[in-house]
Amino acid sequence: MTLSTDATATAPDVVTSFEDNDKKPCGHGRMLRKEDPRFVRGKGRYVDDVQLPGMLHLAILRAPMAHARIVSVDTSLADAHPKVKLVVTGAMLADQGLAWMPTLSNDVQAVLATDKVRFQGQEVAFVVAEDRYAARDALELIDVDYEPLDPVVDVRTALAADAPVIRDDLEGKRDNHCFDWETGDAEATDAVFARADVVVSEDIVYPRVHPAPMETCGSVADFDPVDGRLTLWSTTQAPHAHRTLYAMVAGLPEHKIRVISPDIGGGFGNKVPIYPGYVCSVVGSLLTGKPVKWMEDRTENLVSTGFARDYVMRGEIAATSEGKILAIRTHVLADHGAFNGTAAPVKYPAGFFGVFTGSYDIEAAHCKMTAVHTNKAPGGVAYACSFRITEAVYLVERLVDCLAYELSADPVELRTRNFIQPDQFPYTTKTGWVYDSGDYEPTMQLAQRLADYDELRAEQAEKRARGELMGIGVAFFTEAVGAGPRKDMDILGLGMADGCELRVHPTGKAVVRLSVQSQGQGHETTFAQIVAQELGIPPQDIDVVHGDTDQTPFGLGTYGSRSTPVSGAAAALVARKVRDKARLIASGMLEVSVTDVEWAKGSFHVTGDPTAAVTIQDIAMRAHGAGDLPEGIEGGLEAQICYNPENLTYPHGAYICVVDIDPGTAQVKVRRFVAVDDCGTRINPMIIEGQVHGGLTDGVGMALMEMISFDEEGNCLSGSLMDYLIPTALEVPDWETGFTVTPSPHHPIGAKGVGESATVGSPPAVVNAVVDALKPYGVRHADMPLTPSRVWEAMRGSATPPI
Amino acid sequence: MQVTMTVNGEEISREIEGRLLLVHFLRDHLALTGTHWGCDTSNCGTCVVQMDGEPVKSCTVLAAMAGGHDITTVEGLEQGGELDAVQRGFMECHGLQCGFCTPGMLMTSRALLDGNPAPSEPQIREALSGQICRCTGYATIVRSVQWAAAEESGSRTTASQGESAGAPEPPAPDAPASEPAAASAGGAS
Repeated sequence: MTLSTDATATAPDVVTSFEDNDKKPCGHGRMLRKEDPRFVRGKGRYVDDVQLPGMLHLAILRAPMAHARIVSVDTSLADAHPKVKLVVTGAMLADQGLAWMPTLSNDVQAVLATDKVRFQGQEVAFVVAEDRYAARDALELIDVDYEPLDPVVDVRTALAADAPVIRDDLEGKRDNHCFDWETGDAEATDAVFARADVVVSEDIVYPRVHPAPMETCGSVADFDPVDGRLTLWSTTQAPHAHRTLYAMVAGLPEHKIRVISPDIGGGFGNKVPIYPGYVCSVVGSLLTGKPVKWMEDRTENLVSTGFARDYVMRGEIAATSEGKILAIRTHVLADHGAFNGTAAPVKYPAGFFGVFTGSYDIEAAHCKMTAVHTNKAPGGVAYACSFRITEAVYLVERLVDCLAYELSADPVELRTRNFIQPDQFPYTTKTGWVYDSGDYEPTMQLAQRLADYDELRAEQAEKRARGELMGIGVAFFTEAVGAGPRKDMDILGLGMADGCELRVHPTGKAVVRLSVQSQGQGHETTFAQIVAQELGIPPQDIDVVHGDTDQTPFGLGTYGSRSTPVSGAAAALVARKVRDKARLIASGMLEVSVTDVEWAKGSFHVTGDPTAAVTIQDIAMRAHGAGDLPEGIEGGLEAQICYNPENLTYPHGAYICVVDIDPGTAQVKVRRFVAVDDCGTRINPMIIEGQVHGGLTDGVGMALMEMISFDEEGNCLSGSLMDYLIPTALEVPDWETGFTVTPSPHHPIGAKGVGESATVGSPPAVVNAVVDALKPYGVRHADMPLTPSRVWEAMRGSATPPI
Repeated sequence: MQVTMTVNGEEISREIEGRLLLVHFLRDHLALTGTHWGCDTSNCGTCVVQMDGEPVKSCTVLAAMAGGHDITTVEGLEQGGELDAVQRGFMECHGLQCGFCTPGMLMTSRALLDGNPAPSEPQIREALSGQICRCTGYATIVRSVQWAAAEESGSRTTASQGESAGAPEPPAPDAPASEPAAASAGGAS
């Protein structure tokens, strides 16, 4: 266990302190990014940067209403446009058997609507034209006749007997029920609740939000009819899984499909699913014989691609009057939109929501969930949620604060006394999750220290006396990332393991090939560092290749903070495999037996004689060079591996947020935010800090600003950045970060994932702070987004759910 | 219509449609793809370039309107093989992750420092507030601009000495803790 703080408290210090850092570690440590030189020059290569000879542009016509039968589609005027090459309707796709495609949840989703449209913004037809402007022009020339149907918008009434049936495409479907799911022990939980001193219940909504990466989704499809090969550049976080699914859907053989995920301008889970637009670009290229580019605009991204959250939760917490938490019980109503497109392992339709017992050692827990269809875009799992852990952590951390409110307990004290203790790990929760490691109290204490928690409470007391509104919000979370063990976890039958290949060239330079796909998380840097740490080859000498299915081993991609847990483990182990072979070659070079050879980072030497040594670079040359190798050793120096994790990793963190609320306008200002994260071994502290900063900004955005909302007609009211508000530099403070280190015992380098921790942990911290500030008004709970108008309502005792 | 403008110091003349946005002119016609397109309502600022030294959102300028003007894009920041101080600052201070907002951020930062060589943190945040970043949480972007400002004023070294004289040097981020962490993790494996 190690404690420290990142030196980020004040900017001027930082400017100078950066001078002293090691920028060229041969392994773990702060290292400037290998990706940056191209990005700061405008030389990144994103999908919309791809220009191919003869390339055409595709635009999609979308449904203007949420629920309507398609009576007719007239494309004659669009067909006649001089720059238009192709107009395709759902009926035309249906003739090819391509009008519907499978989703990541074993449901089906319309590529182009045939029978009816089921959400506003749904794909109805597409145009391929000579340029992007002409393609858009032609959309205006398509005439679709709709017969409006009543929309289902309110998740609470979606299962009413008289609710219109959205999914009448499914045989025998008579209602809008999507699935039921349950975890924990209902009977045991009810028994504990029956004898508890204190029971607190609260209706808690996690509203629909959207990951909104700055780069929207898009693709360039290039089908070569001579070779029968399809090359598809696309904004995908999981290029290999996409290739396999395209093979299954399009009937093209998998070895003739090459998916290239180039530089991706942020993913945040938005770029995991296969969207109709990708399929349309493939169809467009197949039919025109030319490369076809599809790049959606911001509105299309917000209204039609994977949303996040949308859980309506009834949460209950039982405790003794002394504040020992005994049990948690919840009923969840989940809005999945018109198609179940949730990206989650097959056996986990509610993702990993089962970790809603949080960081606390309790006696019983139970969750019952019902998921329903509504006339909205599909999605659910996205936006750094780690498969629904954002919802789970938000629920438990709000409930603990509600309990603190009832008991007049300090939220830090209440949490600390209920923590799972270090000697209880590996700890099996009441819903069956096996937490790998954790030492929660020091993490909480460090956050308190960085925040000057007692000082803050004193300041708050003074301000309250003066009628000023200051709130201090605490959240403590345990994440579950690194999906996952293939015995339990697969995406549409593809086990969640990840491959890695490492090849050392004769001159000692190396290339490592990953199955995961960075969208800004710095893999090109950190994976070189992992290999450098194991092999002693400087990271600058290690090229990291990812995102090209022809060039990289199969694996499931980057989401759920799984890169470090799964692919990071693979990189370390493949490097050790290379090192094992290098040892054999070294023993031959040193003319001693293998047992007399010792590894010191970067070289082998004869035991007891450090001067008799050969470097990894010497060995690489020998492996490829002239002369004999030891008996039975093949030439070359390379290895491959497919890593199947034995468990998830469970990073944790303690967050403290300080807000000030203007009593006259109800505007919330986040004044300070202290975040202490523990993700085990830290490969590159600079990159982790950046991941945390980004996630904290997500949290402030969701808590205070962001929501995808709908009117009664099912019109999406948040289809642009004018209405879907994302924090700018003015809405967020200078983050204060620290860390503790509790390695994962089962991970080869002890590292846990961390990318989503801050997005998971920060919303409850912000909301807890706002509610804390509103304590003088008797407010125990208020739902996100805590915009000025919603806070104003809460202050007047009329807080309403956002949906 | 014919449009003529200077882009990164070079005179460019092209036949274009009157409705063509500058962002698409730069990207699709000149293959200067560093300038990005992130929204359709002029909010995100990934398309910011400089027009006569002023940052403008090129999605909200017609290419025709840029006729006769001097446009600088991110590709024009590097001079004679030397990266601009803001480019180096963003790399030094980890002011970028996915890199998509970076070109716009750099162009605004450059314009800010040209007008105000020593901006305060609130001034930096204000100047960048027309631009959205989804990855960094802005703090390291602020530091990047401060780094560049210090670099250009030649005060970075001086400031550093001043800091250490006045107060104990803060710990380098993570430097003391990451080594034992790595060691204990190695032991765990």
